[in-house]
Amino acid sequence: MHPAPSVIIFTVLSGLGFGLLTFLGLGLPEATGWAAFFYFAAGFALAVGGLLAATFHLGNPQRALKAFTQWQTSWLSREAWLSTAALIVLGVYAFAAVFFNASITLLGWLGAFLSLATVVATAMIYAQLKTVPRWNHWLTPLHLLTISLAGGAMLAQQTGAAAVLLLFAGAVQIFHWVLGDRRFEERGHTIETATGLGDRGKARLFEPPHTGSNYLLKEMAFVVGRKHAQKLRLISFVAMIVLPLVIVVLLPMNPFTAVIATLFYLAGAFASRWLFFAEAQHVVSLYYGASGSNPPYQPSLSR
Amino acid sequence: MTRLPETTQKKLGLVIDLDTCVGCHACVTACKGWNTENYGVPLSDTGAYGSEPVGTFLNRIHSYEVEPTGGGCSQTVHFPKSCLHCEDAPCVTVCPTGASYKRSEDGIVLVNEDACIGCGLCAWACPYGARELDLAAGVMKKCTLCVDRIYNENLPEEDRVPACVRTCPAGARHFGDFADPESNVSKLTAERGGIDLMPEQGTKPVNKYLPPRPKDQMKDMDVLTPLIEPVCEEPKGFLAWLDKRLEAL
Ligand code: SF4
Ligand code: SF4
Ligand code: SF4
Repeated sequence: MHPAPSVIIFTVLSGLGFGLLTFLGLGLPEATGWAAFFYFAAGFALAVGGLLAATFHLGNPQRALKAFTQWQTSWLSREAWLSTAALIVLGVYAFAAVFFNASITLLGWLGAFLSLATVVATAMIYAQLKTVPRWNHWLTPLHLLTISLAGGAMLAQQTGAAAVLLLFAGAVQIFHWVLGDRRFEERGHTIETATGLGDRGKARLFEPPHTGSNYLLKEMAFVVGRKHAQKLRLISFVAMIVLPLVIVVLLPMNPFTAVIATLFYLAGAFASRWLFFAEAQHVVSLYYGASGSNPPYQPSLSR
Repeated sequence: MTRLPETTQKKLGLVIDLDTCVGCHACVTACKGWNTENYGVPLSDTGAYGSEPVGTFLNRIHSYEVEPTGGGCSQTVHFPKSCLHCEDAPCVTVCPTGASYKRSEDGIVLVNEDACIGCGLCAWACPYGARELDLAAGVMKKCTLCVDRIYNENLPEEDRVPACVRTCPAGARHFGDFADPESNVSKLTAERGGIDLMPEQGTKPVNKYLPPRPKDQMKDMDVLTPLIEPVCEEPKGFLAWLDKRLEAL
């Protein structure tokens, strides 16, 4: 799948934002006054900034409100509702904490729950797609959830939680990569099932339907070299998990170290999310001749 | 509304005959021609005269080569692909705005472009690459089964079929109601063993594909053939003269 910058920025930043808001809603740390102001400002800026970035991905963003209508069937619509509800509930909670030094515990818990649910809904947009076998698994919501909570714990300066969550997120990340590598083949989708020509022999693409490119190829037939991907996995894992873990465990936790650890984490998370899209193969690539290690048709633009 | 109807009164769709399709792309052109000036926004082209032309199409023809398992000549199969109007259409349920829907009266899957935000999720959910986001308008385009032709009483009766079906010079596309076991499409599917594309995706496509027949085999040659006397030895008369002239050149 095409790794669109707007979607990568959106999922990473709003994931981190809602991760932080989850901890703040749970009263970890229990901040009031100015401290609460800065914590919540960071949480809201990340969450809302991410959501705004997502609208750049839309063809007609001016109609975005319509996305609230189909919550009964669509995860994207559910995400719209849950994120708005989380922001409103925690907005009220933050207002009370900042201006009245009051923590309305139940409201905070509700906000924390809605923040978690938002991250899960975002993940389900990808996990629900049978057409992208790498994503179509319960590990996908777990993956995005643990990454977002680990980041949130760091920004909330929860040393213990951050260490445990980083370890957990790292383990899930590795499983998501390793098991994901096999999933396309396990599902048994081939050019033969796609064309129905399998009962007579081995099929290959003879001619693509068009000499140039098209929306499908640009959006769904992205290919990344295997060696390239392995290197990026390593870089991403070190930056997102190993370095923050070292900082969290070895250095005293204060706002400065928390921010440094989070910056490493963000760099790694962007790389991880880039791979999340770039490595995901859509079944439509089969119609364009993808098979095993053969990439789908790409128009040659050097003429 | 993105909830799928439990059943539809009719199941309108196409039968595509892989045996007769000659890969001429006439249906591609007819489809683009009709649909760019009728239902919804035009099907835009970008850089049509440049080095990297890109355009929106609702129907495209792939070509495959099949190497028979038991050996023998490989076979070229031209493979038209447009929306299959699936019964369990995953493209509909993922849509956040309700722009994508499946009609309960005839099963046609459509996009209400006034409600579409162009998020592209439905194109991701379709296994068959049947949806393309129009780059100029930012809304999702897909085959409408020519809904503005098939019920259109302003058209002569013979034109009340999809543009691709009407234009196909090989008769490789057939339009009809799959809910009716007596319809032309149901009968064709039964007779010729029509199949679903990527059935393992569980989309229950309405459109069916008729598999190409295997190539004819060459009859075995008689072992004595090389020993048969040639029928004609030396040319005579005019041909002999022509032969000589040509030799002399
Ligand atoms: S072919 Fe694709 S676009 Fe058409 S109904 Fe099926 S899933 Fe939807
Ligand atoms: S692109 Fe349009 S029709 Fe497709 S899911 Fe998004 S809003 Fe719905
Ligand atoms: S039915 Fe109409 S819209 Fe669909 S492929 Fe044929 S011509 Fe195009």
